Amino acid sequence: MEAIILQILNGLDKGSAYALIALGLTLIFGTLGVVNFAHGALFMLGAFCAVTFSRLIQMSHTVVDETRTDFLGNPLQVDVPYIYDFFGQAAGDVLIDWAVPLSILMAIPVMILIGVIMERGLIRHFYKRPHADQILVTFGLAIVLQEVIKYFYGANPIPTPAPDAFLGSFDFGLMLGFDAGGIVYPYWRLIYFLFAAVIIAGVFAFLQFTTFGMVVRAGMADRETVTLLGIDIDKRFTIMFGIAAAVAGLAGVMYTPINSPNYHMGMDFLVLSFVVVVVGGMGSLPGAVLAGFLLGIIEAFASMAEVLAILPGINQIIIYLVAIVVLLTRPRGLMGRKGVMEE
Amino acid sequence: MTDQTSNAGAVRPKPAAPAEKTGLFGLRGKDASLLVFVALLTLLAPFILNPFPTGSAMAQFNAGYPDLMQRFVIFGIFAIGFNILFGLTGYLSFGHAAFLGVGSYAGIWSMKLLTLNVIPSIVVSVIVAGLFSLIVGWISLRRSGIYFSILTLAFAMMSYALAYSVLTPITGGETGLQLQYFDPRILDGELAAGTTPRANLFGLEMGTSYELRFGSWLFTFNAGYYIAAACMLAAFYLAIRIFRSPFGMMLRAVKSNQQRLNYTGISPKPYTLAAFVISGMYAGLAGGLLVAMDTQVGAERMFWTASGEVVLMTILGGAGTLIGPVLGAGFIKYMENIVSTINKSTLEGWFAFMPDGLADFFVTIVYPFVGKGWHLTLGLLFMAVVIFLPGGLVQGGQKIATVLRRDRKGSGLEPGAAAKRKQAED
Repeated sequence: MEAIILQILNGLDKGSAYALIALGLTLIFGTLGVVNFAHGALFMLGAFCAVTFSRLIQMSHTVVDETRTDFLGNPLQVDVPYIYDFFGQAAGDVLIDWAVPLSILMAIPVMILIGVIMERGLIRHFYKRPHADQILVTFGLAIVLQEVIKYFYGANPIPTPAPDAFLGSFDFGLMLGFDAGGIVYPYWRLIYFLFAAVIIAGVFAFLQFTTFGMVVRAGMADRETVTLLGIDIDKRFTIMFGIAAAVAGLAGVMYTPINSPNYHMGMDFLVLSFVVVVVGGMGSLPGAVLAGFLLGIIEAFASMAEVLAILPGINQIIIYLVAIVVLLTRPRGLMGRKGVMEE
Repeated sequence: MTDQTSNAGAVRPKPAAPAEKTGLFGLRGKDASLLVFVALLTLLAPFILNPFPTGSAMAQFNAGYPDLMQRFVIFGIFAIGFNILFGLTGYLSFGHAAFLGVGSYAGIWSMKLLTLNVIPSIVVSVIVAGLFSLIVGWISLRRSGIYFSILTLAFAMMSYALAYSVLTPITGGETGLQLQYFDPRILDGELAAGTTPRANLFGLEMGTSYELRFGSWLFTFNAGYYIAAACMLAAFYLAIRIFRSPFGMMLRAVKSNQQRLNYTGISPKPYTLAAFVISGMYAGLAGGLLVAMDTQVGAERMFWTASGEVVLMTILGGAGTLIGPVLGAGFIKYMENIVSTINKSTLEGWFAFMPDGLADFFVTIVYPFVGKGWHLTLGLLFMAVVIFLPGGLVQGGQKIATVLRRDRKGSGLEPGAAAKRKQAED
């Protein structure tokens, strides 16, 4: 029982990342009909927003401390972050410690801006072109973005720790009445899951309960009619692209403490996210979320030692295997709509 | 990308080639001259790719060394095969490297178990890759569009993961496979302990080179290269025949309108599956040749970036054209091996003739795009090609050729006809 709960929990955090990226991909596909291979790069850009923010906040200037000397006997030079000058040392330390969550504030506008620029500047010209062209141009864009990041930040992973308060683990076993130490789960992963749940709920609520969301849903269902009603649906879809970029970016920001960001993290996730989207059904938002969590949990179960003893290496291929089985038995994916991507 | 002309226009037919009715090996005028052109290009590659004297400042742009020339032709084969699938039927496979990898593994096992001769090894590679692609294609081709891409990607990634983990006894896992002197080669005699086994063709080792010095130029003629080049010419010839055959027309029909094909009562599946298997066999041939040249295999050959690379090659050169994929493969391999070696001091050397400030400025501007950043150039170029030249470099060449010809003819062309031609090309 403990093992099962533990694996479900393990699956949730990876599943949340899949679900968030797949959600963004599906938003873009459902609204604009574009297959965006650069979505993984947006995830990566989000992660590097966190890196940039924590570097900005730690930017410091050198001050000569007259009271202390270094080993040569000269006055000691210390680096003082600017943030100390603004808020004092105590508050400054807290801010630096909380750099990753705080960088959300920076990531949202930056990612929306990047998304809108991408849509207006590039993707817009590809609506009428075949899907293969869209895949190819966004694939090229992903290469360019990742090389730009590599140029500025180098090829090595950059460790970006979570706030000290969340560094420990959380003993679920005690809470649920099992033995202590049975189910231990790092705090940050739990937070990542909760964060993903909030974002997903937010996106769905936005689409379901606002007028803007209603128009967007109408546009997804029948773009022509909405245009005939005199609504500038393109503008709204552009904003949706920005939101999808922000969702991917936020997934990236919060993922940095789990895995130190490097320039090719986006591509690694992208391949799996596409599998997730296709399993969920192209163009279906609930399908994307469901498939994301489902595949995350299945992957976690496949990594159990007991399973590996019977089927060695199954954890490496299980997602692809599930994808193949789903696509062959349910050609539109788990919750796909009829008539999407069927030409 | 719906109906591209499949004539590679970068190489306009030269009147020199005798355009008989049957022509060269049953090819008609244009195709025959294209084949002759490619044959000359590959045979004279050691000269063409080494235009700069050794030791000169430009010598680092020489690509005429055996290792790189082999890569040019081998990846040329890979791209030609991919183009038969993608260029003709429009099915975008994102997992083609799996066939290359499977072919490589089959080839090296043939060298380990049977003989060091490359011919059985290549034959085994092609057959095994063909069988594997038959299975993958049979399943994947049940879907089309992006679903097909994802299915092929899934199969390739599964092969990669399996080669790394469960199949380690067969694939060597992370270390990959190398030839050893103690391998049980039943057709060969035993090798002396400690010797390095080398692939050969009836005793002619792949590494054998003949070096020709001409002044300060050095040209290398490598046995392995010429064997690979011969394979590429055969593959290229076969591709021309496929493009021109009724079968090729059928594949184009699949691309342009599958619905109509269904309505006429023809199932597209056998045709697409045949195209898939043929392109898988091409990939197997490339894999077998890779093994013949360097006698080692690693699973990274099947990673999806390798599949992405062949997509880049084909699109960059021109999908659906005959010569495009070969050009694209050569272009990317050239960048990977030559442009990536340009470093800061080389750049400073080039811009040294400028005043200091200006030179620094240019070095700073150019530096991110060369050396380790060559992927950035590749990505930008690829995007530019997809956006502006959906027909790839070949289409670019055609456009330039048209402009030149129009200039030359000047007023000879009626304005209406010129507009019409332009329209037909766009």
